[in-house]
Amino acid sequence: MIEAKNVNFYYGSFHAIKNVSMKMETNSAIALIGPSGCGKSTFLRLFNRMNDEIPGAKLEGECLIDGNNIYSKSTQVDVLRKNVGMVFQKPNPFPKSIFENVAYGLKVNGIKNRTFIAEKVEESLTAAALWDEVKDKLNKSAFELSGGQQQRLCIARALAVSPSILLMDEPASALDPISTAKIEELIHVLKQQYTIVIVTHNMQQAARVSDKTGFFMYGELIEYTDTKKMFLAPEKEETQNYITGRFG
Amino acid sequence: MIQTKKIKEQIAFSVFRLLGFMVLGVLLWILGFIIYNGIGVISWEFIFSAPTDGMTGGGIFPAIVGTFYLIIGSTLFAFPLGIMSAIYTVEYAKNNWLTKFIRIMTNNLASIPSIVFGLFGMTLFVNTLGFGDSILAGSLTLGLLILPVVIRTTEEALKAVPKTYRLGSTALGANKIQTIKRVVLPAAFPNIITGLILSIGRVSGETAPILFTVAAYFLPQLPHSIFDQAMALPYHLYVLATSGTDIEAARPMAYGTALVLIVIVLLMNTLAGIIKKRFEKNK
Repeated sequence: MIEAKNVNFYYGSFHAIKNVSMKMETNSAIALIGPSGCGKSTFLRLFNRMNDEIPGAKLEGECLIDGNNIYSKSTQVDVLRKNVGMVFQKPNPFPKSIFENVAYGLKVNGIKNRTFIAEKVEESLTAAALWDEVKDKLNKSAFELSGGQQQRLCIARALAVSPSILLMDEPASALDPISTAKIEELIHVLKQQYTIVIVTHNMQQAARVSDKTGFFMYGELIEYTDTKKMFLAPEKEETQNYITGRFG
Repeated sequence: MIQTKKIKEQIAFSVFRLLGFMVLGVLLWILGFIIYNGIGVISWEFIFSAPTDGMTGGGIFPAIVGTFYLIIGSTLFAFPLGIMSAIYTVEYAKNNWLTKFIRIMTNNLASIPSIVFGLFGMTLFVNTLGFGDSILAGSLTLGLLILPVVIRTTEEALKAVPKTYRLGSTALGANKIQTIKRVVLPAAFPNIITGLILSIGRVSGETAPILFTVAAYFLPQLPHSIFDQAMALPYHLYVLATSGTDIEAARPMAYGTALVLIVIVLLMNTLAGIIKKRFEKNK
C-alpha cells in the first residue's frame, strides 16, 4: 500500500503539489492523468525519492509505503529504490550489453553470484516479455534493440532487483502504437504481482490499463476514483472537461 | 531573386572550398618537405643506434626511447589526476563561484607559455624536491602542462553523457560513485581518449618544459631509472638544428628526427583512435 498524507511539494517558491492525499492499493495499477505541468510526474517521483537531488525542493507531509515513512531518517534510499523501480519516459538503457543492462541493478546492490544473476536476468526478461526476442543476442549492445524493445528492457532492468512497486513515467509516450500495445499488455500482466503507478498523457491508455485513476490539475488532486467511474461518470466538472477534451 | 541566392551560395561555397584546400595544401607541403628531406637518412641504424661523430652520424635511438618514457610518464601522472579533478567539478562540486573560479584557472593554466612550465618544473621538481634533471622531473612538468587539456576534455566528455543514464542508474539503487564508475565513465571514455590523443601530441612535441628538467644534450646509453636524464626528440631536433659541431652536416639528421617524431605522434594517435573505436562499438 502506497499512501500520501497531506503532501505539499515546492520547487523553490513554486508550489508544485498542493495538499495531496491518496491511497494506492497493493497489486493494482493506478494511473495519474492531467495536463502538462500539473505535478503528476513530480508526485510520482516522490515515491522513489528521485526529487531529492533537486536544489531548492521542499516536501511537507508524509509519503508512506506499507506504513513506513520513506522520508524518515532511518530509510535507506538505495534500499527504497530497490523496492520501488522506475521506468522513464524515454527508453534509457545503458551503453552496455542487453545482459549487463538487466544485471546492473543486481551488481550495484552487491550481488556477485553469477548463476543467480544469470537466472534473474532470464526471469526478468521473460517477465518483461522480451526473452524470446533477445535470448540469442544477450551480449549485443542494448542500442541495437528497437525503441519498444529498449523500453521493455528497461522494465526488465527494473524488475531484476525484485521490487514490489513500479513507477512508470509516461512509459509509452515515445513509442509507436504496436510497441505501446505491448507495454500495455505487459502492465496488465505485471499488476498481478506488482503495484504499478503510471503517469500518462494518453487517456485511453489510462482507461485500458488502470484500476484506479487520479486526475491532477495545477498541483491538486481533483478526483481519484475507480477508472471505470472516472471515465464514465466523473464527479467533478474539471475532470469531465479534461477527459472529454474540452479542457482549457 | 532565387537565381541570385543560388549564385551567392555557390560563391560562398567556392570560397570555403578554396580556403579548405589552402589549409590542407600548407599541411601537405610541410609534411612533404619533411619527408622529402628526412627520408634519406631513415634506416635501421638511424632508428636503433645512438648519435656518433658529433651528431653528424649514427642515429637517434636514445631520443626516441626518452620521448616514449616522457609520454608514458606524463600521461600516467596527468590522466588519473585530471580525470579525478574533472569528475569532482562536473559530478560533485556545486555550481558556485569556487567551481567557476577553478574552471577559469584551469583555462588560464592552458594558456601559460610552456617555457614557464619549464622554469616552474625546474624550481619545484629539479631543485626543491631534489629530483635533479630526470625523467621523473620532466614527466611531472609535462604532466602539469597537459593537465588542463585533460581536465577540459574530460569535463566535456562527462557533460556529454546523457542525464537519463544517471537517472536510470540512481533509480536502480546505485549510489553516485557506482553510477560514475559503472555508467558515466565508460560512456565518456571514447571522448576522454580524445584528450589523450591531444596530450600525446603536445608531450612529444614540447621542447621548453623539458629543457631544464630532463633533456640531455647527448647520452649514448639509455636511462636506467626514472631519476636519470634522457634525450628526447624535440630537444634533439633543436640541438641538431642550432648547436651541433657541424650544423650543415647534421641537417639531414635533423629532418630525419623530425620525420620520426611526426610518425611517432601519428602512430600513437592511430592507436588511441583504435581504442576509441573499440569502446564506441560497445555503446
